[in-house]
Amino acid sequence: MPLGYYLALSAVMFVIGIVGVLVRRNALIVFMSLELMFNAANLLFVTFAAYYGTIIGQISVFFVMTVAAAEVAVGLALMVAIFRTKHSIDVDQMSSLKG
Amino acid sequence: MLLSETLQNPAVSLVPWVVFLPLIGLVINLVLGQRLGEKFVGAVASLAALAAFGVAVVLAVTLAGEPGVGKFHLLDWIQVGGLNLGWDFRVDTLSVTMMLVVAGVGSLIHIYATAYMHSDVRHNGDPSRYRRFFVYFNLFILAMMILVSADSYLMLFVGWEGVGLCSYLLIGFWFEKGADGTANAKAAKKAFVVNRVGDFGLLLAMFLLFWNFKSLSFDEIFAQAPALAQAAPGVVLAVTLFMLLGVAGKSAQLPLFVWLPDAMAGPTPVSALIHAATMVTAGVYLVARSSPLYLEVPAAQQAVMWVGALTALFAATIAVAQNDIKKVLAYSTISQLGFMVAAVGMTAYVAGMFHLITHAFFKALLFLSAGSVILGLEHGHAHSHNGHNGHEEDHFDPQDMRNMGGLQGRMKTTFWVYLIGALALAGIAPLSGFFSKDEILAAALHTSPAIFALLIAAAFLTAFYMGRQVFLVFFGRPRSTAAEHAVESPALITVPLILLALLSALGGALNLPKIYTLEHWLEHSLQHSLVVEFNLTVAVGSVLLALTAIALAWWLYGKRQMRASDPDPLAAPLGGLFRALQNKWWVDELYQAVIVRPYHALASWLSGPVDSTGIDGIANGLGQLTHWAAGSLRRIQTGYVRTYVLVVLFGVVLMLAFLAFN
Repeated sequence: MPLGYYLALSAVMFVIGIVGVLVRRNALIVFMSLELMFNAANLLFVTFAAYYGTIIGQISVFFVMTVAAAEVAVGLALMVAIFRTKHSIDVDQMSSLKG
Repeated sequence: MLLSETLQNPAVSLVPWVVFLPLIGLVINLVLGQRLGEKFVGAVASLAALAAFGVAVVLAVTLAGEPGVGKFHLLDWIQVGGLNLGWDFRVDTLSVTMMLVVAGVGSLIHIYATAYMHSDVRHNGDPSRYRRFFVYFNLFILAMMILVSADSYLMLFVGWEGVGLCSYLLIGFWFEKGADGTANAKAAKKAFVVNRVGDFGLLLAMFLLFWNFKSLSFDEIFAQAPALAQAAPGVVLAVTLFMLLGVAGKSAQLPLFVWLPDAMAGPTPVSALIHAATMVTAGVYLVARSSPLYLEVPAAQQAVMWVGALTALFAATIAVAQNDIKKVLAYSTISQLGFMVAAVGMTAYVAGMFHLITHAFFKALLFLSAGSVILGLEHGHAHSHNGHNGHEEDHFDPQDMRNMGGLQGRMKTTFWVYLIGALALAGIAPLSGFFSKDEILAAALHTSPAIFALLIAAAFLTAFYMGRQVFLVFFGRPRSTAAEHAVESPALITVPLILLALLSALGGALNLPKIYTLEHWLEHSLQHSLVVEFNLTVAVGSVLLALTAIALAWWLYGKRQMRASDPDPLAAPLGGLFRALQNKWWVDELYQAVIVRPYHALASWLSGPVDSTGIDGIANGLGQLTHWAAGSLRRIQTGYVRTYVLVVLFGVVLMLAFLAFN
């Protein structure tokens, strides 16, 4: 398969992720959109790793997956805590620190 | 120039004690005074002054044995680069003469004050201030001794400021008393502020001296003075004129005399010691001490002479119309200081110093006797009030001469000593004032007829207002119940008065014509003093003039009976002139209008429009600008996560675009 297909898929996934973060108010959906953006990036890493025949891209993907897992753990914990006090996980309601 | 050889006598090393003995007295009173009581405080303070007098006598005897200039280096003070200023004492006939006057008259006044202040603190209702008074008094002697024993302008200035401080503290001794409860404090402030103007002149003179001579020590400056006067006469003229400003401030000359009459707010011993006998003569001493500078510039001599002579006449005219017994003496002091300043201006330094000494005797005597009169009247007032059950609670002024009269019989000692003092001041032979004033008059006749005319007119007025005072206070019938019940003061008060009266009567012996003891004594320090032979015409003429003035005073004030409410007999014939005299030629009002009020206006303009509006506006404006900017900027923080994400996205896109297309 030509390289362009992979790149196009990655770009589409990334844009879907951005749009999801921007338009959705449910924090869980926002998270899922973030994950989509991570994975779009991962896809690019492995594509170029295969294309150039190096291993650096694949190693980076593992790092990204590790960090993303940790980030999700923290993020979900935050969301549980917020839900306990606010009984909602609507991100627009979390604006008590506005200027 | 004939410089006297240095004196190597071990007695010279005693000289710091004239400063440190009053210091010891002061410290003892400060630490123990409150516990050990009034008798102890008074004794310690008087003994300290007496001991300083003893040291001065030893120094005088030493100098009489071997004339010269003794110097004693006590400590190094300022050492910066080539500048080396120390605390050096100078023992020569001039400084020792001043020490004798300060400590001698000072001791008598201390003794007098032990009794006077005993009544005064009770009369004013705060006996705990007795100690404070004597601490200040010893501090004054200390500062005055620093002034007269200094061997450089710097130490002289230390003493100069020290006596100014003591003057301020003692004028405001009853700072919460006086009209409105602020009059005394205001008088003290006035004295201080006016003296600052003079001190500014002295400071500038010192700066100029240092700049041109690289030294402040007397000998170094005087040795180089003729050379500098050749090279830059303007500098020496400026120095001497600035010094004259200092003299005008401290010695209450025109145009800075206004503080001295108000200074009478202080207790009477203060008026006698500081504002008559010693501190105010510091200016005369300064000119005499700086004679090598003044001798180089005739223009400065002229200025000093005219200031002195004009002051002498001006103050004498005001004294004629005053009703307060101490105010008359205050203006008389200004007038007599004018005589001295005129004398030193004519380079008749010895005559000036002679008048300084005799004036210290008789003016201290007059002030202290006036204090005795005031005490007597206060007692009489208290007595008559007890008798009347306190019906007339009107304000009674024990210093107003219109309330006196007839004290001659009730206060015999005070009357006699007052009479001696008044006649000495009026210049009646053979009392001390006659000799000293005549020397000045003879020198004036020799120098300038105009100055002589001013001084002789002042002398006539002097005799007249003293005659007026004596007739008003002691003769006739009592004009108030207080005067009827006046009582003589105790021995502690009258004994110093009698001693001072003896000095006033016999002080002329110091410098009798043909013998000139004082002149031979001072010629080691003042080599170029103008000496004028005794002039019989002047002497007889001035005595006759004084007698005429006294006769005129008797005709106006002594012949008829007066009541307290009667207008002054001079008021009708003199009319507007008398009102001008009574209002002191409106000098205070003039200064108020010309200097004080514009100054206040300037100050309130600076504090109002400039400071509150302008400077505060800038400071507050900066604060408000920051506040407003912060308020606007914080609106960016909406609190919506999705907005932030959008901003971040734009940022990333912009950065990427920048990187991609650059």
